[in-house]
Amino acid sequence: MRSIPADYRDGLRDVAPVLVSVVPYGLVVGGAAVAAGFSVTQATGFSLLVNAGASQLAVIDLLGRDAPLAVAVVTALVINARLLMYSASLAPYFRDDPVGWRALGSYFLIDPAYALSIVRLEGDADVDPFRYYLGVATPLLPTWVGSTAVGAVVGSTIPDWLPLEFAVPMVFLALVVPTVRDRPGAVAAGVGAAIAVVGAGLPLNLGLLTGGLVGVAAGLVAEQVWERGGGASGGGSTP
Amino acid sequence: MNVSDVAVWSVILAVGAGTFAFRFSFVYLFEHVDEVPAPVERALRYVAPAVLAALVAPSLLLVDGSIAVVGNERLLAGLVGAAVAWRTESIIWTMVAGVGALMVVQQVVF
Repeated sequence: MRSIPADYRDGLRDVAPVLVSVVPYGLVVGGAAVAAGFSVTQATGFSLLVNAGASQLAVIDLLGRDAPLAVAVVTALVINARLLMYSASLAPYFRDDPVGWRALGSYFLIDPAYALSIVRLEGDADVDPFRYYLGVATPLLPTWVGSTAVGAVVGSTIPDWLPLEFAVPMVFLALVVPTVRDRPGAVAAGVGAAIAVVGAGLPLNLGLLTGGLVGVAAGLVAEQVWERGGGASGGGSTP
Repeated sequence: MNVSDVAVWSVILAVGAGTFAFRFSFVYLFEHVDEVPAPVERALRYVAPAVLAALVAPSLLLVDGSIAVVGNERLLAGLVGAAVAWRTESIIWTMVAGVGALMVVQQVVF
């Protein structure tokens, strides 16, 4: 293995601005955990062992309201089921890497790591996919854990006039734009967004998962519709 | 919160283990597939737009759990962010534009 491969450094460079958005989110989650009754160690350990903010906020909220433990666990897992889709989406790029490295790398898989990687990997065959992914993914976890710990100790101290938490949706907005440049991609995004908004009141945060799944299906349908007449359209449902 | 320390750690460990299983699932399994079937490969191309849009949209369109368009500060700021994202494809400029626009809108309203 080369020393600090260029592809890993490429990933580090691309993730740097995203780390800025992780900090306020971590502060909020750490502050919320302690406010709900978690110890500082528990709040920090939560970020280290789960590494998925939305599911952590849901568990904090549910345990804070004395919901049954099983409900908290199931809710968190339903929220995190989108990681199955990320895993499937990245898996073809990592097939030739050693299984131990893939297991370790998977531990760091979270929304911005996926989004940054897939945007780069779909457009660029020159980069080593797994090394680039590691460069993007590995700095996110220490940033997440560190900012949660600070938030747990000092509380969420971000003043109201500075809406830093808005940086998180802005990161995903910036990352979704390159994926909607073609029409089926735009359909997938539009349908995913609409279902997530309409289904936001569903229990277990199922709106997000449903939006993702139906959005993918809608993208496939749109592709079939627009490619019909073009020679390269393969049958979507093989008999 | 009326939960013992052991219970909190149990929840954390259960969520952590399950979440890791999700993360590793297909990254592990695809090794045993000779070639990714073409329909699956096509479907996977739409994971990024569908899921990322589903992550963003509720935070822009929902205010206190219901859809709001008129007078929705975050939607307005989000549109500024979207325009900058479209032009620059830069994460940092989209963040600056979106957060900055939200600060301005909030100042104007109050």
